[in-house]
Amino acid sequence: MIASGVTRTRRAFAGLALLAGGALGSTAAFANPVPWQLNMPQGVSDISKRVYDLHMLGLYVCAGIGIVVFAVMFVAMFRFRKSRGAVAQTWAHNTRLEVVWTIIPILLLIMLAWPATRLLIDMNDVGESDLTVKVTGFQWRWRYDYVEYQKQDPGVHFISSLDTESNRVRQLGSGLDPNAVKDGDYSSYLLNVDNPLVVPVGVKIRFLITADDVIHSWWVPTLGWKQDAIPGFINDNWTKINTPGLYRGQCAELCGRDHAFMPIVVKAVPQAEFEQWLATHKSAAAATAAVGAAPDGQG
Amino acid sequence: MAAVNPAIQPDVHASHDHKPHGFLHRWLFTTNHKDIGTLYLIFSLTMFFIGGSFAMVIRAELFQPGMQLVQPEFFNEMTSMHGLIMIFGAIMPAFVGLANWMLPMMIGAPDMALPRLNNWSFWILPFAFLMLISTMFMPGGGPQGGWTMYPPLALEGGMNVAFAIFSVHMMGISSIMGAINIIATILNMRAPGVDLLRMPVFVWSWLITAFLLIAVMPVLAGAITMLLTDKYFGTSFFHAAGGGDPVMYQHIFWFFGHPEVYIMILPAFGIVSEIVPTFSRKPLFGYQAMVYALACIAFLSFIVWAHHMFTVGMPLGGNLFFMYGTMLIAIPTGVKIFNWVTTMWGGSLTFETPMLFACAFVILFSIGGFSGVSLALVPADFQYQDTFFVVAHFHYVLVTGAAFAIMGAVYYWLPKWSGHMYSEKWGKIHFWSSAISVNLLFFPQHFLGLAGMPRRIPDYNVAFADFNMLSSIGGFWFGATQLIFVGVIIHCVYFSKQRATERVWEGAKGLEWTLPSPAPYHSFTHPPVVTAGMLAHGDVSH
Amino acid sequence: MAQTQGAYYVPHGSHWPIFGSFGLLGTLSGAALWMDDFVVGKFIMAAGIALLIVMLIGWFHSVITESVGGKYNQQVDGSFRLGMIWFIFSEVMFFGAFFGALFYTRMFAIPWLGGAGDGASTNEFLWPAFTAMWPSNGPADIGGQFTTMSPWGIPLLNTLLLLSSGVTITIAHHALRTGHRARLLTFLALTILLGATFIGFQAYEYYEAYHHYNLTLGSGIYGSTFFLLTGFHGVHVTLGAIMLCVIWARCAKGHFSRDHHFGFEAVAWYWHFVDVVWLGLFVFVYVL
Ligand code: HEA
Ligand code: HEA
Ligand code: CUA
Ligand SMILES: [Cu+2]
Repeated sequence: MIASGVTRTRRAFAGLALLAGGALGSTAAFANPVPWQLNMPQGVSDISKRVYDLHMLGLYVCAGIGIVVFAVMFVAMFRFRKSRGAVAQTWAHNTRLEVVWTIIPILLLIMLAWPATRLLIDMNDVGESDLTVKVTGFQWRWRYDYVEYQKQDPGVHFISSLDTESNRVRQLGSGLDPNAVKDGDYSSYLLNVDNPLVVPVGVKIRFLITADDVIHSWWVPTLGWKQDAIPGFINDNWTKINTPGLYRGQCAELCGRDHAFMPIVVKAVPQAEFEQWLATHKSAAAATAAVGAAPDGQG
Repeated sequence: MAAVNPAIQPDVHASHDHKPHGFLHRWLFTTNHKDIGTLYLIFSLTMFFIGGSFAMVIRAELFQPGMQLVQPEFFNEMTSMHGLIMIFGAIMPAFVGLANWMLPMMIGAPDMALPRLNNWSFWILPFAFLMLISTMFMPGGGPQGGWTMYPPLALEGGMNVAFAIFSVHMMGISSIMGAINIIATILNMRAPGVDLLRMPVFVWSWLITAFLLIAVMPVLAGAITMLLTDKYFGTSFFHAAGGGDPVMYQHIFWFFGHPEVYIMILPAFGIVSEIVPTFSRKPLFGYQAMVYALACIAFLSFIVWAHHMFTVGMPLGGNLFFMYGTMLIAIPTGVKIFNWVTTMWGGSLTFETPMLFACAFVILFSIGGFSGVSLALVPADFQYQDTFFVVAHFHYVLVTGAAFAIMGAVYYWLPKWSGHMYSEKWGKIHFWSSAISVNLLFFPQHFLGLAGMPRRIPDYNVAFADFNMLSSIGGFWFGATQLIFVGVIIHCVYFSKQRATERVWEGAKGLEWTLPSPAPYHSFTHPPVVTAGMLAHGDVSH
Repeated sequence: MAQTQGAYYVPHGSHWPIFGSFGLLGTLSGAALWMDDFVVGKFIMAAGIALLIVMLIGWFHSVITESVGGKYNQQVDGSFRLGMIWFIFSEVMFFGAFFGALFYTRMFAIPWLGGAGDGASTNEFLWPAFTAMWPSNGPADIGGQFTTMSPWGIPLLNTLLLLSSGVTITIAHHALRTGHRARLLTFLALTILLGATFIGFQAYEYYEAYHHYNLTLGSGIYGSTFFLLTGFHGVHVTLGAIMLCVIWARCAKGHFSRDHHFGFEAVAWYWHFVDVVWLGLFVFVYVL
């Protein structure tokens, strides 16, 4: 039903490239998980790229420290073996050394904390959005309400659940092959839904995230964040997607039996296409939401 | 002294050691720190196997995509019980068992300060776990909300809720009483000359851990009591409709939970600080810095709890505060790592099994710590949180950290306990097989998490298939390897012909090595006369 | 605090702990069953509590016999002191959890629900009719309208009662140290009486709350924090009063000497601890 932009060959290549280079993947090819994927996706928004960069910075700093420390340790383990005739020395103190290795980590940590703080501040700025979508998690589906688009209430609501094919395959002992579940070219087992969330690219989208029963968490890795959906409270977060495409994610907070089976698909389309979609779905989607398993109100 | 292990063969030479006669008297009514230590250790090993077999179910279901073996609700039950049993049943009691065995010997005391209470601390545990495990046979099954038991999900459980909560209350009572006993022992039972700043680092680590236990176990008790009243007595602590907040549970839980993870690592630091100098034949580098680092980590552990909750929607200032606090912990922990490496530098190293485990600890725990620091970076944690990246992090610190340290400690002190040497060859086989398989088990989980696999799911997209299969293979391998561990212990205690000397290890220092092997039933009935050279590896000259 | 030469008393095996474990298991599993509507639970719980009581009596009997028999030297005394101090510390932390819940809801949860700070959209979309205030039973008015206790009636009286009981027990302690037996027994009895009165008033207050104020455990977050804080405190006062009774009997039997009376001191510490907790309650639960 939903076409995927990723071709089979590109995916295979992507897997190999990731395996070889880890960090070196090109964005679009790795929007969604691929076999042998080693690293976090860079994602499709400015923020998600900065998140990725922060993650890589952390990795490099830690790997650097690790290499130095473990190298020294291996040298010690080799050089000071009793079997090589090493005689134990008796010193057990060196103030200068101890000061040095307290200060260096502090500097490295500041190096990490600085970009992390700046990024966090930017991520926290939910103001001035053009589109507001309210996301409500409930066992085990997502409900989307388009609350505001360009200062108007578009009146579109619908519920998004696991696609029927995945649902059939995932039953215990179904004997069906998860590899056979496809959405276009993409092996979409458990990462596909009946009604994706359609949003425009290039527009600041604000999400109001909440839940109706237990805590869920709304997570699309390519957007660079997840946000817990807490019953009775609303958390907000935002994104501005740069590239059109299908971006898949999952509920990321244990929410009971079917926690593994409440995926998320965001379909980012050009703004004009989005407006068209909004217009056609206004009436239809509203009807679906009314008939469908609407969650209980908040009381 | 008797050449047989007093802890294992109760009847032989019993009169010699004033050991009580009869099985019940010996094990049920005992007030002896060694017997109680043995009970703790056996209990912990049993729980490790039960918790481990649940992990095997998890790994088997995750072996390939698609649901093959268990229903999702049973999978969740396995995950929750695995976490609870490993933490409260395997790791914590193992450390308490080691404390029971070793503390009195290390500080020159006859026994623990409050021997009867000591018995009760242990004998609550089997009953607590009986209650917890029994929930699995109740209608609706055992707890399925994760070991963290977040409401509202945890409140959706059936009969198990009250039983699980009460069993955790009992574990808490046991831990608190055990910790009180340990503090009283360390502060009040030291032989003349064993000054605070001359105590072995293992003793220090337990003094601080005991403080953490007393400070946070009651808070956990409070949190789960609120869960209980929310479910059964109509309170609204965690319901927004009544003015409460589900996130409040997480705050209270993690105020306990974060110090709890250090409760599971500080004694491991203590153990490594004993083993590394012994096999380096060189004093521990920077003894005082090691002690202060422990205290520093313990202090910081109280102000970082919300790093488990970066995604719940805290205000910006909160997220920043907890990020900075968390990152600070890398500094004292780094001091410990550097000091161990420097202890080895210039030493005269041999690599018996305990030392192998200690060296693996230094490296693999650091790797776990590095992913911890990454997790502390809030924006990055928005991606990592609740994925297998976190699972990889905490298994590195818990399995190759805490569990490896415990295994190293068992090899290190087993000759002292049993009077026999274990088989070095099989010890090494156990080590190498564990060290290789555990990395195959947990390292690929980093990749899974980064690629987008959430934790606590029984089934996943096919993109995650390959690394999950590797991880499962590593898991079965690691699990099977632990049978060797049991074999080595049984062989050492019952069949080994090789006598252990008093000192056991050439480079060993400390009062415990002045006692015969096996150690007599009552440790120091008369306080030893302590000279500076006898004491542990500390740089105790200043 | 070094070890005294070879004389630390290490008791031989004791069967009381395992007794206590069965008692705990019975009490808690019985309670759990009962809460899940199995009537047998009630009886299992009663049996468990009975076992626990037997255990406590037996255990303390051994300890008291040993103590009176002169088996405990200074160092053993030191262990007991440390044990009691850290036990009280653990109790402090237990109450800390509930105070924490009170502060959290008052400082964060309620204001957010009312739209303050990060709660703007929470209020706008989920609870538009709710304005933050304290006391509160939440935006859904859980448990219905209720009235709170005025701090200046029974609570103030109870504060005075507990404070004066702190004074009387100190006088009793002085009397013990200076060997004034009659004064000791009188003031100890007075302490018990004050404690008992406190409990009585508290019970009356609960009765009033339930029957005339519609203030119950189910009254939203206010009822939850109010009853769990005051309730756990009440339980502790009751335990403390029972301990005081035991101590009174021991004083009457002449178990304590001027400088060897740790049992007395432990209970006095405990009593002061419940006293201090009450002050916290009075300020944060009733007044503010
Ligand atoms: C023994 C247990 C243990 C230990 C020791 C640690 C240690 C640390 N942990 Fe971990 N943690 C857990 C057990 C543990 N953790 C568990 C069980 C969970 C998951 C719970 C659940 O959700 O179920 C968890 C989760 C967890 C999270 C939440 C993740 C999430 O859910 O999103 C975070 C976030 O900050 C975190 C951080 C850290 C940090 C910074 C340390 C630090 O203490 C690490 C410090 C060590 C080092 C850094 C390495 C050595 C240092 C150097 C060589 C010096 C130089 C280094 C630098 C300058 C970087 N941990
Ligand atoms: C405290 C210590 C601890 C220890 C030691 C372990 C040990 C192991 N854990 Fe642990 N784990 C946790 C603490 C621990 N874990 C916690 C706190 C969680 C989070 C729970 C939650 O989400 O709520 C968790 C979650 C967790 C998950 C994630 C589950 C999920 O998200 O759904 C997985 C998955 O692989 C896993 C695997 C393992 C494995 C394979 C081991 C192995 O090391 C176990 C090895 C031991 C044995 C296997 C037993 C001994 C051997 C036998 C019984 C012989 C027979 C076996 C064979 C022949 C193969 N654990
Ligand atoms: Cu919804 Cu997990
Ligand atoms: Cu933590």
